[in-house]
Amino acid sequence: MTDPAALHEHLFRHEAGRMTAALTRLFGVHNLALAEDVVQDAFARALEVWKFQGPPPNPAAWLMATARNRALDVIRRERTARTFAPELTRLLESEWTASTLVDESFTGDVVLGEQLRMMFSCCDPALREPAQIGLILNILCGFGAAEIAAAFLEERAAVEKRIARGKKVLAQSARLFDLTAADFVDRLGAVHRAVYLLFNEGYHGASTRETVRRELCDEAMRLMVLLREHPATRTPATFALSALMALHASRLPARLNDAGELVSLWDQDRSAWDRTLIEEGRGLLEESARGEDVTTYHLEAAIAAVHAKASGLADTDWRAIVNLYDQLMRVAPSAVVALNRAIAIGQRDGPLAGLAAIEAIADRARLASYPFLPAALGEMERRQGNGVAAKAHFERALALARSDSERRYLLKRISAAEAATAPSG
Amino acid sequence: MAEFLYIYRNSARARTAAMGTPEARQKSMERWTAWLRDLEQKGHVRSAGQPLEATGKLVKGGSRAIVDGPFAEAKDVIGGYSIIVADSIAQAADFAKGCPALDDPDGAVEVRPVAAM
Repeated sequence: MTDPAALHEHLFRHEAGRMTAALTRLFGVHNLALAEDVVQDAFARALEVWKFQGPPPNPAAWLMATARNRALDVIRRERTARTFAPELTRLLESEWTASTLVDESFTGDVVLGEQLRMMFSCCDPALREPAQIGLILNILCGFGAAEIAAAFLEERAAVEKRIARGKKVLAQSARLFDLTAADFVDRLGAVHRAVYLLFNEGYHGASTRETVRRELCDEAMRLMVLLREHPATRTPATFALSALMALHASRLPARLNDAGELVSLWDQDRSAWDRTLIEEGRGLLEESARGEDVTTYHLEAAIAAVHAKASGLADTDWRAIVNLYDQLMRVAPSAVVALNRAIAIGQRDGPLAGLAAIEAIADRARLASYPFLPAALGEMERRQGNGVAAKAHFERALALARSDSERRYLLKRISAAEAATAPSG
Repeated sequence: MAEFLYIYRNSARARTAAMGTPEARQKSMERWTAWLRDLEQKGHVRSAGQPLEATGKLVKGGSRAIVDGPFAEAKDVIGGYSIIVADSIAQAADFAKGCPALDDPDGAVEVRPVAAM
């Protein structure tokens, strides 16, 4: 990576969040904008210096040191005009203590803790989930509004507005979330949901650019690494969600064909699955079993692990998968889970049993606009040899499709159904 | 609660030892930070004050002549100051026992109540 601009972008993604967290600890969350200015400034200085001298051997450490020095400058210059972090402001006013406190803020453990506090603060219940994810991407992952807008197929102005509003909520809080607070467990749940949504945006999301989606998955997994590094957040659910992401991400190389079309789990070239991620996912899943908790993440990860073990549909352990969906229905019943369970039953016991299981979904009405309900019906009819019925279901699904990749996928299913109808020979 | 001024006194030798190398300096500042932070967390710091340079000017009475420090007549120099709050002079003096200035056997913390005039 000799191109300074590419190095800069890569570093910005990786270091901006760490620097902002360290600086926010000193300046206080009400001065988040000041912290972000100092980060921008450190990067601008880096670009300037490196243009002539080339990047230093450890660019990340150079950046952190630059931010540290800038922080001390700002504190000295503005300590009479500004209040910094409430618990530190009196000590930052004094040369007896200021430089030590600044140094301390840039040490690894403190940076990690502050990144997590920031992540928890971004998941404030006063903010809606898209705002939470936008803030996390912007503050902790170094994504600009334009990049977020591109990833979520939204207007840049709308994203900017949402982030600005979110930062206002953050700035109004006296301090970042305290990891020992009474509502820690609830907030960790919100953090898990937000990071999972971020992952899913990459995995299923709207952007047609594969690199963008891959980046979102990578960022979500990087945030999970942070959660696993801290004793307070290293919970069974954290490990289970990490396992789930690793196991799903292992399929990313096989999810699109050469034409850029979505390939369903059923038709993927499993030799393209990332073995390293599968192994990692298995290890994490094992780790998640320490403790009493069985969360939806545990069950979803276990399902993904069963798929990962099989070389194809035929040797997939559908009995185990149905069993896991049964448990999922007990922990977190939903019409979508019930549908997936019915599909698994269709694999275990044949399409007739699958159709019956779909019939039996109590709140099927909730799936009225969900394209994968008619798609599942179509699949089972096709397997029964009812090409005409199958085609009708797939056409209904097509009308409900929400994205181009879904549409293209369903068009292919329609062709498959037509092929099943056509008299052979 | 009343206010007290801590005046930290050091010998030149101790000061050189503490500030002579970047490592020693950092270690010394960490000691000061730990001490003042502890006092601050207990709610006893009004102002952590500032350390002072070892040299300066002395403006003499009468002639108003300005001369350079360090001040030959002083065995120790003032290293800095803080303002703390405490219930009594006894408590203020007791707190001062933890001060890093006292690591130097010639060091001293002068504890002076702020006068109400």
